[in-house]
Amino acid sequence: MENQHLYNYILGIADNSLILGQRLGELCGHGPSLETDIAGTNISLDLIGQTRSFYQYAAKISGENKTEDDIAFLRLERGYKNVLLVEQPNTHFGYVMGRQYLFDVFHLLLLNELQFSKDQTLAAIAKKGIKEVSYHKRFSGDWIKRLGDGTQESTTKMQEAIDDLWPYTDELFDMTEADTAMVQEGIGVDVSKLKESYYKEVTTLLTQATLKIPQIDYFSRGGKNGVHSEHMGYLLADLQYMQRTYPNMQW
Amino acid sequence: MDNNWPLWEIFVRSKNGLEHRHFGSLHAADADMALENARDVYTRRNEGVSIWVVKSSDITASNPDNNGELFEPAKDKVYRHPTFYKLPDEIKHM
Amino acid sequence: MSNEQIKNLEEIFEARIARDEKIEAKDWMPEKYRKTHIRQISQHAHSEIVGMLPEGNWISRAPSLRRKAALLAKVQDEAGHGLYLYSACETLGVSREELYQQLHSGKAKYSSIFNYPTLTWADMGAIGWLVDGAAIINQVPLCNTSFGPYARAMVRVCKEESFHQRQGFEIMLKLCNGSKEQKDMAQDALNRWWWPSLMMLGPTDAESVHTEQSMKWKLKRKSNDDLRQQFIDQTVPQADLLGLTIPDPDLKLNKQTGSYDFGAIDWDEFWQVVKGHGPCNKERIRARVAAWDNGAWVRDAAMAHAAKKDEQKIKIAI
Repeated sequence: MENQHLYNYILGIADNSLILGQRLGELCGHGPSLETDIAGTNISLDLIGQTRSFYQYAAKISGENKTEDDIAFLRLERGYKNVLLVEQPNTHFGYVMGRQYLFDVFHLLLLNELQFSKDQTLAAIAKKGIKEVSYHKRFSGDWIKRLGDGTQESTTKMQEAIDDLWPYTDELFDMTEADTAMVQEGIGVDVSKLKESYYKEVTTLLTQATLKIPQIDYFSRGGKNGVHSEHMGYLLADLQYMQRTYPNMQW
Repeated sequence: MDNNWPLWEIFVRSKNGLEHRHFGSLHAADADMALENARDVYTRRNEGVSIWVVKSSDITASNPDNNGELFEPAKDKVYRHPTFYKLPDEIKHM
Repeated sequence: MSNEQIKNLEEIFEARIARDEKIEAKDWMPEKYRKTHIRQISQHAHSEIVGMLPEGNWISRAPSLRRKAALLAKVQDEAGHGLYLYSACETLGVSREELYQQLHSGKAKYSSIFNYPTLTWADMGAIGWLVDGAAIINQVPLCNTSFGPYARAMVRVCKEESFHQRQGFEIMLKLCNGSKEQKDMAQDALNRWWWPSLMMLGPTDAESVHTEQSMKWKLKRKSNDDLRQQFIDQTVPQADLLGLTIPDPDLKLNKQTGSYDFGAIDWDEFWQVVKGHGPCNKERIRARVAAWDNGAWVRDAAMAHAAKKDEQKIKIAI
């Protein structure tokens, strides 16, 4: 493939949306209220929509007659480039909102830069995504404040979720080979430079939510290079079930 | 303490130039959440450009038992309507 | 109020409905009207949210991204429809929480069809095509029902529902134009969903308890048997188009009536499922109860947070 770096770069962004969208989809019908079910589904739909735009573009530049679904469903686990954060399970609603917020802040910072990409297609997808993700961040941020500064039980539960998810945040700012190559070409975003703004913003909101910022010096990483957590296999078993069981069919 | 989320009435302006219209109701713990929920529940098919939310319990409604005294007296005030006044057909622009 | 006064009010009330006037929530209404409406609207709402479960099952396994998005949007609509209907019911003075209690305790009923399992992807097609098809036949007349909040909710539901059946049929069409495995999958789904879909339109007129009163109140415009016949007559040609066989050896076009004659429905099965002995009754209710119970701390926290914010506002104001 000519554009191997660009291809990998697109997947690196889109896989996060796919996997997070998949996680949110699992929740539909099982949330704390009908209203939150509807909201969660909307976020999931936004993410799946973004995923499709990215994959369609990746399929086009692959030059291999691929479709968006080939990319979404027919890779080996090691081929998925999403960060560990987004594949974490829906342990409880605090985890769902925590995972969402910790990703949304990064996601918006990323898209805000990506809209200025030299690559017109990526810039356009980013522009559209900014509006969606701004809302996601507002929604998840509001919920963290409610749960963090709600009841004693909810504070404990929200803190537990933040403590467990925090170790996955640092990976967001790792630069892959594709990242570096794309930054050099003026196409990609230097995510390592987003780190400071990210932690500043997240810290402000968590503090507002009366939550403690975890003080740790060991972070988990690996997703970007295809080394995932144990959760990923089960997630993919669901995601890929139909395409694996009935290969080469149209749906 | 009653921990059930209260009911909110949702008013949506479909497009600029139109008034906000009652769309329905939903549950939310506070006004911000009511707005967010209204956005997701009532405008997910691109139905609106502006949303009002009002706590249902804050609405004072007229009592239908009083409909007779409230609304019927207006029925025979035909002189409030233009058709009450007979003018010759030649008169235009009126 | 004396009995005579009530009788008088009832007569005025019935006359209003006969004149096609709408009844609004705060209007005087006979107690039976209120109760019947709470029962029917809440059953309808429960059916929507229990109905999210068998389809929600397949969101994570949808075979393409396009299908995944469509299914998500559909299941989300069902949540929305449940919400509109609970809201309509709440205007009658019963809270959503009370209605949930009735569902969770097994006191309230919901459409029995959702107690059947969704075993293959083709079931997403069959549910959209058959179950939503039958639901639309039931629901369209309700847009004109006498109780205003219910009628308005149904207008919204029907408007949104129209894409559901189409997406279901499209799934079936794609399967039927696909490989042998896909076509078999589609036929198997039709085999399993056909009879429950017919049952979904309600017991035969002879056994239906509520029909006469419901007709008067415009909760029903046609009898169950008429609706069923309408459903069969419109669905058989669609099955032909798909190249699928309706699993009823007695199904035959009656040249005199222009309608299809069909075989006997297994009403024992219907009543067994209604009574709670369907394949998934327990799972469905358990899933609803779990969602509600596991969400309690979240709902409580939101209320506590709202109270804190109100207090802050007051402090700032002082």
